[in-house]
Amino acid sequence: MRPLAQCHVLLTAVLASAAAVVSTSVPAQDRFAERAAMIETIKLHARSAPSAVEGQGIDPAVLKTMGKVPRHFFVPEEQRGAAYRDRPLPIGYGQTISQPFIVALMTDLINVGPGDVVLEIGTGSGYQAAVLSPLAAKVYSIEIIPELGERAAARLAELRFDNVEVKVDDGYYGWPVHAPFDGIVVTAAASHIPPPLVEQLAKGARMVVPVGGPFATQFLMLVEKRRDGSITSRQLLPVSFVPLREGRAR
Amino acid sequence: MRAGRLLPVSLISAAILAYEVLLMRLFSIIQWHHFAYMIISIALLGFAASGTFVALACRPLVQRYPAAFAASAALFGITAVASFACAERLPFNALEIVWNPRQLGWLAAIYALLILPFFFGATCIGLAFSRHPGQIGRVYAFDLVGAGIGALGTVGLLFLVFPSAALRFVAALGFAAAALAATGMARHRWFAAGSLGLAAAVITVWLPPSWTAPSPHMSQYKGLRMALEVPNARVVEERSSPLGLLTVVESPTVPFRYAPGLSLANTQEPPAQLAVFTDGDSITAITAYGGEPATVAYLDRTTAALPYRILERPRMLLLGAGGGEQVLLALRAGADIVDAVEVNPQMIDLARNRFADFVGGIFSRPNVHLHLAEARAFAATTGERYDLIQMPLLDSFSAAAAGVQSMHENYTYTVEALRDYLAVLRPDGVVAITRWLRVPPRDILKLFATATVAIEAEGVAQPGRHLVLIRNWNTATLLVAKSPFTGDDVAAIRAFAAENFFDISWAPGISASDVNRYNQLDQEYLYEGALALLSPERSDFTERYKFDIAPATDNRPYFFDFFRWRALPELLILPTQGGAAMLDWGYLILVTTLVQAAILSAVLILLPLWLRRRALGRAAHRLRFGLYFLALGLAFLFIEIAFIQRFVLFLGHPLYAVAVVLAGFLAFAGLGSAVATRWMAAVGCGSPVRGIALAVVVIAFLAGTYLLALPLIFERLLALPDAAKIAIALLLIAPLAVFMGMPFPLGLGHVGAHSEEFIPWAWGINGCASVLSAILATLLAMHVGFTGVVTIATILYLVAPALLAGLWDRYDPHGSFPDRNRSR
Repeated sequence: MRPLAQCHVLLTAVLASAAAVVSTSVPAQDRFAERAAMIETIKLHARSAPSAVEGQGIDPAVLKTMGKVPRHFFVPEEQRGAAYRDRPLPIGYGQTISQPFIVALMTDLINVGPGDVVLEIGTGSGYQAAVLSPLAAKVYSIEIIPELGERAAARLAELRFDNVEVKVDDGYYGWPVHAPFDGIVVTAAASHIPPPLVEQLAKGARMVVPVGGPFATQFLMLVEKRRDGSITSRQLLPVSFVPLREGRAR
Repeated sequence: MRAGRLLPVSLISAAILAYEVLLMRLFSIIQWHHFAYMIISIALLGFAASGTFVALACRPLVQRYPAAFAASAALFGITAVASFACAERLPFNALEIVWNPRQLGWLAAIYALLILPFFFGATCIGLAFSRHPGQIGRVYAFDLVGAGIGALGTVGLLFLVFPSAALRFVAALGFAAAALAATGMARHRWFAAGSLGLAAAVITVWLPPSWTAPSPHMSQYKGLRMALEVPNARVVEERSSPLGLLTVVESPTVPFRYAPGLSLANTQEPPAQLAVFTDGDSITAITAYGGEPATVAYLDRTTAALPYRILERPRMLLLGAGGGEQVLLALRAGADIVDAVEVNPQMIDLARNRFADFVGGIFSRPNVHLHLAEARAFAATTGERYDLIQMPLLDSFSAAAAGVQSMHENYTYTVEALRDYLAVLRPDGVVAITRWLRVPPRDILKLFATATVAIEAEGVAQPGRHLVLIRNWNTATLLVAKSPFTGDDVAAIRAFAAENFFDISWAPGISASDVNRYNQLDQEYLYEGALALLSPERSDFTERYKFDIAPATDNRPYFFDFFRWRALPELLILPTQGGAAMLDWGYLILVTTLVQAAILSAVLILLPLWLRRRALGRAAHRLRFGLYFLALGLAFLFIEIAFIQRFVLFLGHPLYAVAVVLAGFLAFAGLGSAVATRWMAAVGCGSPVRGIALAVVVIAFLAGTYLLALPLIFERLLALPDAAKIAIALLLIAPLAVFMGMPFPLGLGHVGAHSEEFIPWAWGINGCASVLSAILATLLAMHVGFTGVVTIATILYLVAPALLAGLWDRYDPHGSFPDRNRSR
């Protein structure tokens, strides 16, 4: 990392922490500065993960949206101080709200555009759906745990993310009546990709699945349905790491 | 002195060891397995703190020895339950440590709570040594025999009761020790003994299991807890043994559909399943089966189905039956006979009896035989020959991903193991191994490297012709064939891969244009790795790879250890971006525990030394005494741990190995310490240092002989029944352990004769060293193998008497120790 970039990251981290301290006592405040600092951190991370962002950085539209969505409303009361930190946070029921950088990456990878219909499996807090909401025409989100789903639906409605529809159901079958989808985000872990989701993916569309433990995203899996209907997948590391050292000079 | 006076020492010693084993079990359930090492370091802290305490408060406590012992033992009993009950209720989240330093505070709180029982227990033993300076050998004997019984007893007890209930018995044992000790009190002895005995009885009978039940406090991020959050999911069966807590969960509303390695081309939904969680995490599915093979057709589209494309009606050996998924696949694929091996008897009971109807009685079919055995031992002793040996995925992805298994020895994936498997294959037979695929790859490359070396060891010149590797997005399957793959085989494999969108990373005749088609990696490291590992570039590639992918061997059986220091800085620069997620934490936790333990023991050993420096004599003496007990503590455990790990292979199960070897070493070392004085008188001509010197020579001779002879003995006797093997193991351990039991009490008696002040801290140093060496032995074994560990221990033993000899020369008649010690 360049020294300048290091200073930058340090500054944004300090800003974010300072703002977090302030915001703990004033939760209702919009916390614009913290979101700006969060976006800077995401940009910085993206620069060091060239393969995950396909060499182009995160789409500015995604960053703009994330700069507006009040993440602190999507975390439990006791976690609000840390809402804009560059980290996943527990939201109860063994679930987490993803690290902002991972949310940005996943949103970026499915190439969502105006007019697109997106499906999310695993609503959780509703934050990912809220980020997708301004970018897409319609977002359908399915949550397995009733308490989480109902809370997320109420929160999204209250914050006027009107194009998001949440239902409590088994995500395995997707949402056939609204298929095909122009993008699918699967945030719930599974041992395999449910066939109905592959089926409900539109031709030329992408599905993204984070793989790893609750607080540790190992890699992102990107499934693409080509125009000819064939399926390919790619594994993307959120960090630049080459496992082989350069060869020795002989 | 009557033996009854020392009985409390045995009891409390048994209780401490049992408590340590229990805590490891309980924390494996609440958190993850790597916390076992945390418990070791907590025990160390307790021992060290107690050493300091006894050294400082020795005199008043020894004067009231029975009361002090009883009080300390009773406090052990109370804190054994109370500390655990409080600790498990703390909101500690191990997964969050990278993100939230506050979690370290909770971890420290757990340490602070759990140190208490070890502190009180160790204080009892430290007091006993100080109270009986002339009887060190006997005290030590009672201590060791008690510890041996505690180790073996807990393992037995855990087969009968749940760990939370076992905790009651351990606490009661503490009170029983207190009651016995109280009978030696000058006043109120019967009242004290009676009430403490009553407390022991009350705790055994009355203590509600809910106080110490681990399940309600299990981390909410473990698979079991997450599964139970789903509506209508419920536990239908629970079994507990020292091998783990098995929890069977039914989830009718949102079925499990567990099928790792399933192709993206699959369209079939798996049938109803029951999930069996081990210690709340690793999952194996019991799949509903009504006898109609079409209902499990999806299994054909997993990477593990590959061998059935090239084998017809194979006789199959399944190493790891689990819930029976691979048996279903084998039956569907038309396997002739299935020999399924499972190491956990409770898993067998669940699959064959309790849920027999659910699985359609597949384990009772005439062509399916379920064997209770360890995979390697079964392969080495079976007289059958197989067309296919299938090694399925049984560990969880999260456990594999976090690298927490790195410090566990594993004899199923070593070069020698693969040679054993190849030996029981028919000429056209195949070994199929399926593992999780991690990015960047490490397990699979290590497996490939291990298989390459194993095949070469069979005299094959072109190992590449015997290997095939395919991968999906989350699993990979390696085929190792006894004879080279034919052109037809390769064509069938290519067709299977294409149908399922699986990538072929290695097959005979494959080229760069064939790889990385469906599941694209940034770079095809598996193909490139396979090419390099099959070429003269092998050692260069292995050296340059940032994860340790050198083949595992029986001498260094750490298949899951991929850690390399040089990758650490790179991964830690961007920990929040995924660098931390790529680290194999097992090794780092081990190193951190060692460093922390070393610092703490140094502080806790040096503190009493410094405070009591006048009483303890000259600095040079203190240092050499200290080094003597440090060397003994390290060497004893090095040999014991190396033997435990070596005997896993012979006794067929890690649990038997731990129980038999630990109990054998402790009990026979106890015997050795009981006869140490006689040995000194008869062989050492009354000189302790000469006695020690001769004992360590015998130890060195025996250890050296065993290093050479054990592999041969194991090979010859592996086919004997378990009971005979246990008896042989004990017979082999006995002579070595008897002599290993002598240097400590002889040294302690020798030192104590000059200054009783030394006794508690010598005990403390030895205790610290023992616990340090438990961690150090594993770390060393990862680097230099068991042979290296035993060699280092032998050198330590040989050096030890020299440390005492110098002092011995200078003691009399003008020793530097205060006269008051000798005038007593």
